[in-house]
Amino acid sequence: MSEGDMSTTRKIVIVHGGLLALLFAAQFVLPAYHHGNLARIMVLATYAIGYNILFGYTGLLSLGHALFFAAGMYGMGLSIQHLGASPAPAMLAGIVAGAAVSAALGVLALRTVGVAFMIVTLMFAQAGYLTALYFVDWTRGDEGFVIQQAQRILWGIDLSDETNRYLAAYALFAVSLLISLWLVRHPFGKTLVAIRENEERVRMLGYDIWAHKLAAVVISGTISAAAGAAYGLLFGYVGASFAAVPHSILPLLYVLLGGAGTVLGPFVGTLFMFYLIDLSSDITTAHMLIAGVALVVLTLFAPQGLVGELRRRVWKWLP
Amino acid sequence: MTLLSTRGLTKSFEGLKAVTDVDFDLPHGEVRALIGPNGAGKTTLVSMICGRIAPSSGRITFGGRDITGLPAHKRIALGMAYTFQITSVFPRLDARENVALAARRGRKGDTGPAVEAALARVGLEGRAEQEAGDLSYGHQRLLEIAMGLVQEPRLLILDEPTQGLSEAEIDGFKALIRELAGGTTILLIEHNMRVVMELAEQVTVLNFGEILAEGTPAEIHANAAVQAAYLGSG
Repeated sequence: MSEGDMSTTRKIVIVHGGLLALLFAAQFVLPAYHHGNLARIMVLATYAIGYNILFGYTGLLSLGHALFFAAGMYGMGLSIQHLGASPAPAMLAGIVAGAAVSAALGVLALRTVGVAFMIVTLMFAQAGYLTALYFVDWTRGDEGFVIQQAQRILWGIDLSDETNRYLAAYALFAVSLLISLWLVRHPFGKTLVAIRENEERVRMLGYDIWAHKLAAVVISGTISAAAGAAYGLLFGYVGASFAAVPHSILPLLYVLLGGAGTVLGPFVGTLFMFYLIDLSSDITTAHMLIAGVALVVLTLFAPQGLVGELRRRVWKWLP
Repeated sequence: MTLLSTRGLTKSFEGLKAVTDVDFDLPHGEVRALIGPNGAGKTTLVSMICGRIAPSSGRITFGGRDITGLPAHKRIALGMAYTFQITSVFPRLDARENVALAARRGRKGDTGPAVEAALARVGLEGRAEQEAGDLSYGHQRLLEIAMGLVQEPRLLILDEPTQGLSEAEIDGFKALIRELAGGTTILLIEHNMRVVMELAEQVTVLNFGEILAEGTPAEIHANAAVQAAYLGSG
């Protein structure tokens, strides 16, 4: 392909491979506290990577991604809790549940556009949250349920162990990052970007817009569900708060801060936001105030997000 | 052989008829100009033909197939290409990617050579790397045309392609259309009468949403009704 400029490809491999190498090496040097944080951040960043495919690359703003995260988490958790599944089939159940829920939501919500799409996704996610609360006998509602250490042994590997947990979170993140990178360099991903830029023009080039958007919803929802399933499995807890509205807003913030429509943005945004809240809670109980001010400042001075600014100013070739 | 025809094609917007009962036939391989005063319904007519808006009544057939109920993207897949009247490229993508997007739909494998050829055909080969939004208006129009050409359509619909082009660019455009003539059927909405007279084999004149006259450029030129419509003294 003509755009396969070798030096650009090499730079992209170096930067993204460099981040993955850095994260792999970090486990050997980080103190226990940050080691644990980073494992959590990588899972949440996977959630943001999923969100970014729909919001950043396709230009569809969903306010209901907690539905997908929770579909993965409950698909995994309920099959362990009630069906006695082992972690591998439970993870798979979570991912399949996420794919099915996102396909169903996509078919319904893509009948709307713009603000209506935001509202419809929000409403469906709220319905999902209420469903989790309603079937309290199964889900134990708000209180949630713990996945015991004995239920978290995958192929003989204890996922509650910190080293294993870090590696599992790393594997999930690395695979999602590479899928995201591959996707946006693939013609399908480029068509999504074109839809974001000028939907009517893409239609008049003969592309089926609806089918492309539906595929984007399913890919985005399935990656988010994988993050949800992994989160429950690695940290041993499944609860309805993960299906609530604030959990739909989080990936939007992560992606906006990191840079919508950049492959690295979701990770950078999650890292930044996580530590922003973490550090400001050391200073004051009003930690969300500090976080809020930081968000306003960043929105004013880096409206394209951290990685977006980096791309605008220095590395124009960043995907 | 007729490639495209419409029968009784009508579009009304809240009771106001923009296009009324148009029977239009376009033979295979012809270069046809569609002209008419502002507001005559030209863009409405081609928008119905390519599926951007649904007709209020009437039928459209393309390549012997009734396409009235087909969505736009399926009509394009059957071999129509439409270039927008108001330049509608992807401003933040480079010129090459703009054309590549048009080329990839319906093609498997490497689209590189076809993309480069289309860019070269409109004289933009030196600007492939430039972001489309940074191109001059005239170059954006040419990019639109390249996006149409690369699809190798059976029917190329050009909505005011020379608007905003320099004289030299218009000469280049005319040469390009002459090259395509015979192979590709072309429907050209055009205000520039010199372009119409030089390029079109047949001209259809639309006025108040109805076909006022059809004929060779010379016949249209001599037509009293057409002159009246344009001068507003009818």
